[in-house]
Amino acid sequence: MIPLSWYLILSAALFSIGLFGVMARRNAIAILLGIELMFNAVNINLVAFWRYLDPTIMNGQVFAIIVFAVAAAEVAVGLALVISVYRNRKTVVVDDLDLLKW
Amino acid sequence: MSPELILFLVLSLVAIAAAIGMLISPNPVYSALFLVINFSTVAVFYLILGAPFIAMAQITIYAGAIMVLFLFVIMLLGAEKLAPGKVLPYQKPLAIGLAIVLMVESVYAVLARNPSDAEIIVPTEAANSIDAMRDLGIMLFSDYLLPFEVTSILLLVAMIGAIVLTKRAKGEQE
Amino acid sequence: MPPINFNDIEVLLPLIILVIWACLLLLVDLFIPKKHKWLTALLAAFGLALTLGFTLSQLGSESNGFCATGKPSICMVVLDGFSVLVNALLLLTGLLGVALAYGYLKRMGIERGEYYTLMLFSISGMMLMAQASDLIIVFLALELLSLPLYVLSAFARSNSDSQEAGLKYFLLGAFSSGFILYGIALVYGATGSTSLSQIFEIASVGTSSLLLTIGAALILVGLGFKVAAVPFHMWTPDVYQGAPTPVTAFMTAGAKIAGFAALLRVFGSAFPNLSEDITPILWALSAATMIVGNLLAIAQTNIKRMLAYSSIAHTGYILMAFVPYGNPEVAPVSIAAGLFYLFAYTITNFGAWGVVIALEQKESKGLQISDYAGLRRKYPVLAGAMTVFMFSLIGFPPTLGMVGKFYLFRAVLSGGYTGLAIIGVVTSLVSAFYYLRVVVNMYMFAGEPKTDNEFWLRFTIAGAALVTVVFSLVPQGLFAWASRAVLKLF
Repeated sequence: MIPLSWYLILSAALFSIGLFGVMARRNAIAILLGIELMFNAVNINLVAFWRYLDPTIMNGQVFAIIVFAVAAAEVAVGLALVISVYRNRKTVVVDDLDLLKW
Repeated sequence: MSPELILFLVLSLVAIAAAIGMLISPNPVYSALFLVINFSTVAVFYLILGAPFIAMAQITIYAGAIMVLFLFVIMLLGAEKLAPGKVLPYQKPLAIGLAIVLMVESVYAVLARNPSDAEIIVPTEAANSIDAMRDLGIMLFSDYLLPFEVTSILLLVAMIGAIVLTKRAKGEQE
Repeated sequence: MPPINFNDIEVLLPLIILVIWACLLLLVDLFIPKKHKWLTALLAAFGLALTLGFTLSQLGSESNGFCATGKPSICMVVLDGFSVLVNALLLLTGLLGVALAYGYLKRMGIERGEYYTLMLFSISGMMLMAQASDLIIVFLALELLSLPLYVLSAFARSNSDSQEAGLKYFLLGAFSSGFILYGIALVYGATGSTSLSQIFEIASVGTSSLLLTIGAALILVGLGFKVAAVPFHMWTPDVYQGAPTPVTAFMTAGAKIAGFAALLRVFGSAFPNLSEDITPILWALSAATMIVGNLLAIAQTNIKRMLAYSSIAHTGYILMAFVPYGNPEVAPVSIAAGLFYLFAYTITNFGAWGVVIALEQKESKGLQISDYAGLRRKYPVLAGAMTVFMFSLIGFPPTLGMVGKFYLFRAVLSGGYTGLAIIGVVTSLVSAFYYLRVVVNMYMFAGEPKTDNEFWLRFTIAGAALVTVVFSLVPQGLFAWASRAVLKLF
């Protein structure tokens, strides 16, 4: 059996890569892809915890399913926003969208 | 090394490589396709963990629906126009720094846990059976009824939102 | 099939009514011709008022809803004094939001019925947040309140500033959701549960685990983004400036109230044991938010941007109330002071944004502070009301802002956080500089400001000004209500 910590480290690695993607890129679609990776990393965590804590209680899996639905809803709105910005400005490189500017 | 362990290591490498590929490829189409690879390997992890339903949902919803929507939008807007944009000089190092801090912090948190509960071994058969799937369904419609309903409202709101943002009213100019 | 549990429905009754009303409004709006969108606004306001009535009828009742089968202590939602008070405040926010939006949307040519529907959905998310007693519900409520706000921020389709504000808000909102979700997953891993009461029980038995602390910290980071606390505030000025002004007014008040409710629910009921680690972080967040918000506001020449920074600064004041949350002796008074401050801020804030809306012209004209020159001569009532709001935001008597700050600083001092109180007082004095600049512009300089005669807008501004002054003279009743509401939480 694979130790739980391996799953958690994998998930942390994917989350960090997603985080980097969100902060280092300025193309709105690339940022959105990074956010999806972050959500996905969380799901690995949830399912792994479910499996190693008490597999008879399904709450980890239920949570993972809800995260799927929320991710789908967010992507729908996000891509609609991207399209609508593109119509106005003919670009999706969000100028001044400096996530690191404070 | 057990075959399971080898499978895990290989898949992890693929998942991380695909994630990094998504990060560095300048063309959004490739980025999205790399992410599809990543999502598919994650689905295999779910199978190893004994969660077949989640694995199916991962393939159909994430790798299927969501990523196809992404590709559709990228193609619609014209992939070649999605230039990477100017990156601020301090943006990359700072992002790397923050990502590494988070990474180290979470790995430390994982390893600092009580080592005994990291090694709990549970029989695989119990979780793999059809019973588990039925339990999931029952749970979703009993104890988790409210989150389920709220999710449906959320999807409705997303639908309204997407239509409001993109639908043109009669006579409105393109 | 299990029978319908009427207790569950009773606990969430106002919320259910509001959601059904929003769905019906969406359908009814299809049949309302473009010329008569006032009817949609009126129906939305009526729905909010109806919900407010049902909310107030819940006063004094306490109950849990949607509990796990066989485990009545693990529940999804809770109804208590705090939730009733916060829900009433949120519905008031909604009513004010509708009143400010109607004339503006028409004047700017972006009038569409979905505006009100989305707003109702957003409020229902905020109300769910106030009643949440499970991390899954907290997360879903956060999404339900945020998604409509992203769309509303981008509601002016021909205005690229508004579009960009919506996209920016969305990207940072989704990013912060990722943090909250990761935090929730870690907390779930550390305790095996997402129910706030369960987490509290499990966490109070064993030694504190690092996983739990990091999970809580990540949730705090995510919520910090949502309420725009420094250093997670960088999206705020652009989004608040770019979004249509009534949406900004609604966001600054509603999202803050909901964020505060989430903080109290999550940290107050699940993590009081972590207060040793969390309180210093909150202290630093609060201090940094007050200092940075107020200092950056000084340099602004655009009134929307100035009020955006002012709203960041006020987040700092409200966070102040939350610093002693783990100390059961000080926390009730301090949280009650925070709630009172939220009420004061909501009323004042809506009034100030109302004046901004009154003076805003098409193509983002009339938004410079210099455009307010000569307001006293041309529209003395409007100038008088704006003066009241500016005084209230600084904390001058006789306004609600002064009373709110008095309660707040007193509570913080009694908790022994003298340093924080001093920072609060000093930054308030600094803030006088930029708020008074607006007043000086209105009274001392000559100019030709223009405004349209919109009844509901004028009515709201006048009402807000009146409440700001009158309630400051008799604040005890409201403060007593707030104190009663939070008493049972600790």
